[in-house]
Amino acid sequence: MPSRKIRVLIAKPGLDGHDRGAKVIARALRDAGMEVIYTGLRQTPEMIVEAALQEDVDVVGLSILSGAHMVLVPRILELLRAAGLEDVKVIVGGIIPEEDSAALRAAGVAEIYGPGASMATIVADIERFVQAPAERP
Amino acid sequence: MTTLVSQLLAGDRRALARLLSAIEDETPQAQEALAALYPHTGRAALIGVTGAPGTGKSSLVSALARFYRARGQTVGIIAVDPTSPFSGGAILGDRIRMVDLAGDPGIFIRSMATRGSLGGLARATADAIRALDAAGYDIILIETVGAGQSEVDIAYEAQTTLVVEAPGLGDDVQAIKAGILEIADILVVNKSDRPDALNTVRTLQAMLDLGAERPPRRWHHGQLLPAAARPAEARPDGWQTPIIQTIATDGTGVAELAAAIDRHRDYLQRSGQLADRERTRLEAELAHRLRDALLDRLLQQIDPGGLQALIARLVRRELDPASAVDYLLSNR
Repeated sequence: MPSRKIRVLIAKPGLDGHDRGAKVIARALRDAGMEVIYTGLRQTPEMIVEAALQEDVDVVGLSILSGAHMVLVPRILELLRAAGLEDVKVIVGGIIPEEDSAALRAAGVAEIYGPGASMATIVADIERFVQAPAERP
Repeated sequence: MTTLVSQLLAGDRRALARLLSAIEDETPQAQEALAALYPHTGRAALIGVTGAPGTGKSSLVSALARFYRARGQTVGIIAVDPTSPFSGGAILGDRIRMVDLAGDPGIFIRSMATRGSLGGLARATADAIRALDAAGYDIILIETVGAGQSEVDIAYEAQTTLVVEAPGLGDDVQAIKAGILEIADILVVNKSDRPDALNTVRTLQAMLDLGAERPPRRWHHGQLLPAAARPAEARPDGWQTPIIQTIATDGTGVAELAAAIDRHRDYLQRSGQLADRERTRLEAELAHRLRDALLDRLLQQIDPGGLQALIARLVRRELDPASAVDYLLSNR
């Protein structure tokens, strides 16, 4: 039977080469029945937003371990808005200091996950975001 | 949905992306939009790319897309990956090999999960192709899941089917088995910088030589039949499947491959097979959709409790499945 599938883009912006976390998340979301578009390492903000648009995803998950999150994440949020994708939820995984977390949330990030965040929590959060979707024009 | 249709026809990429989701989710709005878009379809060149996992399909698609863009054509890409039979989820990773296509507005890439379909494509692939076609992309490249020996649906959907091989996979008996090699309009030996590439080419060439005597064929109800029913004079010499060597990662052989694809399209047009294939494909699609619709309608008429009781009888070996169907059709 046809049904609405949750689609999630998992991307690694920036220059660090540690993609194990991103792959673990991708696998966990797949096992939760979601369709995960995995784009690989060293994505620019422009590439991520273009992929989010073409793939019509509900959620963009960013894995950042380089410390450049205060540059990359606001840029991605800005480009998403410019592309008319303000209803796409953005979640961030990585090592994000507390004060930066507050700033990123204020800028529009839906959730931030540090080391040890449980997969069950992430899955439940995404399901919650999609069940209460922004009105589609 | 009518605004979505007009936005899509005006080149709005977001509208296209949304319609593709609606198509995949099989919504009534998608059907309505596809009906409105149908007169705008039938213009794009449809090129299928299939082959075993790891032969380099995604890299080859990426290299071909760059070639067509340099030639001034726009390119839509549909990349299919498998859905997990257990969770219903999927990891769609074909974009990893297509990163150098990013930032080009003349390219649109969409990843699709098979969602339970077994033929190497997704159920919604045919309609997704139509959406890209209506959106005006000149070339549509369709990449199947990593295919084994029987995922041959692509030969229906594409006008030209590339079967990608890589050195070191299988032996010459694999090559003469029925299935995927038979659907190739063009055989590609990718990763041809590997030392055993020439062996692969020779094996494939030997396989083609074995089949050289076969008569022209046509599609009929999912099978290739000899085209004996057609008047022989209406058909020029049969297509000779070429073998093209490529190294997708550095572009070697890609121009030759594109030239072979052009020759094949030209052959299809000259021989009338392009129209022929399209008609057969639409006939098959109509039968397929009719079967689905009739099944849905019938299942609505059958009492669910009675159906469960019947299944229990099958399990107890009191009734065989074919007789159960007769029973259901005669006792509604």
